Amino acid sequence: MRGKFTLKRDYYAGGLMLLLGVGAAVTGTGYKFGSLARMGPGFMPVVLGVVLAFLGLLIAGTALGSSEPDDSRFLPDNPQWFGWLCIIGGPVLFIILGEYGGMIPAVFACVFVCALGDNTATYKSAAVLAAGVTVFGVVLFHYLLSIPFPLLRGFNL
Amino acid sequence: MISTAITDLWYGFGVALEPHNLMYCFLGVLVGNLVGVLPGMGPVATISILLPLTFGMHPVPAILMLSGVYYGAQYGGAICSILLNLPCHPPHAVTCLDGFPLTKQGKGGTALGITVIAAFVGASFGITEMIFLAPFLVKVALEFGPAEVCSLMLVGLLAGSTLAKGSPLKGIAMTVLGLLIGIVGSDIETGQPRFTFGITELFDGVEIIALALGMFGIAEFMNSINNTETVDLRYAKVGISDMFPSKADIKKSFWPMIRGTLLGSLCALIPGTGPTIASFVSYATEKKISKTPERFGHGAIEGVACPEASTHSSVQGDFIPTMSLGIPGDTVMALLLGALIIHGIVPGPQLISQHADIFWGLIASFWIGNILLVVLNVPMIGLWVKLLSIPYRYLYPSAMFFVCIGVYAANNDMFQVAETLFIGVVGYILLRLDFHPAPILLGFVLGPRFEENFRRSLLISRGDLMTFIERPISAFFLLICVVLIAAQIYVWLRKPKIVAEEQAIEAQVPTSSYSELA
Repeated sequence: MRGKFTLKRDYYAGGLMLLLGVGAAVTGTGYKFGSLARMGPGFMPVVLGVVLAFLGLLIAGTALGSSEPDDSRFLPDNPQWFGWLCIIGGPVLFIILGEYGGMIPAVFACVFVCALGDNTATYKSAAVLAAGVTVFGVVLFHYLLSIPFPLLRGFNL
Repeated sequence: MISTAITDLWYGFGVALEPHNLMYCFLGVLVGNLVGVLPGMGPVATISILLPLTFGMHPVPAILMLSGVYYGAQYGGAICSILLNLPCHPPHAVTCLDGFPLTKQGKGGTALGITVIAAFVGASFGITEMIFLAPFLVKVALEFGPAEVCSLMLVGLLAGSTLAKGSPLKGIAMTVLGLLIGIVGSDIETGQPRFTFGITELFDGVEIIALALGMFGIAEFMNSINNTETVDLRYAKVGISDMFPSKADIKKSFWPMIRGTLLGSLCALIPGTGPTIASFVSYATEKKISKTPERFGHGAIEGVACPEASTHSSVQGDFIPTMSLGIPGDTVMALLLGALIIHGIVPGPQLISQHADIFWGLIASFWIGNILLVVLNVPMIGLWVKLLSIPYRYLYPSAMFFVCIGVYAANNDMFQVAETLFIGVVGYILLRLDFHPAPILLGFVLGPRFEENFRRSLLISRGDLMTFIERPISAFFLLICVVLIAAQIYVWLRKPKIVAEEQAIEAQVPTSSYSELA
């Protein structure tokens, strides 16, 4: 038997919505509220924030009331910390290398790091994929679509 | 009425057949077909990536191409369901039930052939429906004041969030969250920056591409990484000659196809019920009225023809409320509406008269696109089948590159990449909490216009909220909202009885970890 006070996933879901709603409403009070006839910029944020907070309470409330067992957890059964890190790391490297290095290093690093996140990937397979995508990307986006993104900053390619 | 429709359509064909427009229409359906076949890529992410590339283009080819991706993907999605038993695209999930058994019996080619015919029949009806219904809707909608527009948007938002997958309460919460995200940026009337937290890049609001790619790109990849099944290609051997169905098969699937088409076009008109619901409903109906319901699930050709026809007719019909009223029914339509706005076109009832080239050109391009798709799918089936074997470990890193460069290309600004990444991580957390991201996009796109019309209608009525009830059309829309909410409460109270049947079908559909949650 599961006790009534086991933490269900919907408590977190409702709590998050409550938090977001209250946050929006509180931030919204900083703008001019106005009246119904002459609404200020703060009207919608406050109203929507209150509605969201109320929905959050309802979500958590219905979870409390329902007798159905809820075994789903917030984390999946096999958390992929390394995979997630790689997926987040790819765009981060794209931003940093794109800002200071140029398109070629940014694309290569982004694809390489993202590819490493797969369990079966090796350094070699990731590098081959990254090189292929880089060549394709440079041809498509630089030469065919000519988006303003220097291939290598400091070199006039 | 018919003669004006034909004149307008004739004009539309003139627009769509301009070589430039034709080329982009072809490109759109080709890319759509491609991503439809590839498991793990969906039309939402693809349209978002292509959107920034259309900024320099004339709006007509841009909209033709982006729409082509959407209905093109529907042709590809069925291949995945029938040959691999992978419901990577929700509207085709139900096709797995009978499509895959047929494949196992060596009749996969026949199933695909029937699918192509059903798709074309369904799509043709959906397009015809649009030709006659959209101008009629416009006539009604031109009478709307801000109060009516506001109530109608409320219907769209509520239907989109409650009729979609998952808990309706969470759906509404996501819609409100989307509305809040839509507020970010400078206030339209006073210029006051809201929810920008002092970040100057946010003064123009959240970028729609960043939101779509974060929610449907990055969050989706985080969900699927190392979590995908190996693709079973044993049965996926199909040649062109297998694709021509026998006379008996055509005869068997003729009426199911018609019934599916009608159901699909009906579902398209109800806001919030897109192709996914249409296909489920029509499969259930077909099974119910069949004289031999026991054959369903073991390779009944009707079980392929009916949902496919209904999906395609609903996909084309989806464009009706979007193009004539400016109220999108689902995520893809929200995105297309965003694309129209970016191209400087104000969506709403005046679109057909002010931008006749877009509206009638789009309809004509549907016909052309669907014919192109039939032509693409029959001879090139071998190529599509080969594409199915591309493993996910190559797909998602390449897709990440497209996400990064697509968002960057929108404004040539690295901040947008960071914004997308942030939205992606938040989106994954929401996914894990069992929130579906589709209503967020709907709320986000409609948010600014909803606020504008709400403010205006109360300004006109001098702050009297009764204006929404006193105006009959607006009151009618509000009544629909009440009915929608009441229906949800009714279903919630009597859950076991009503939901059981629906769940019985859903339970049969193989769960795929990398299905797009649109």
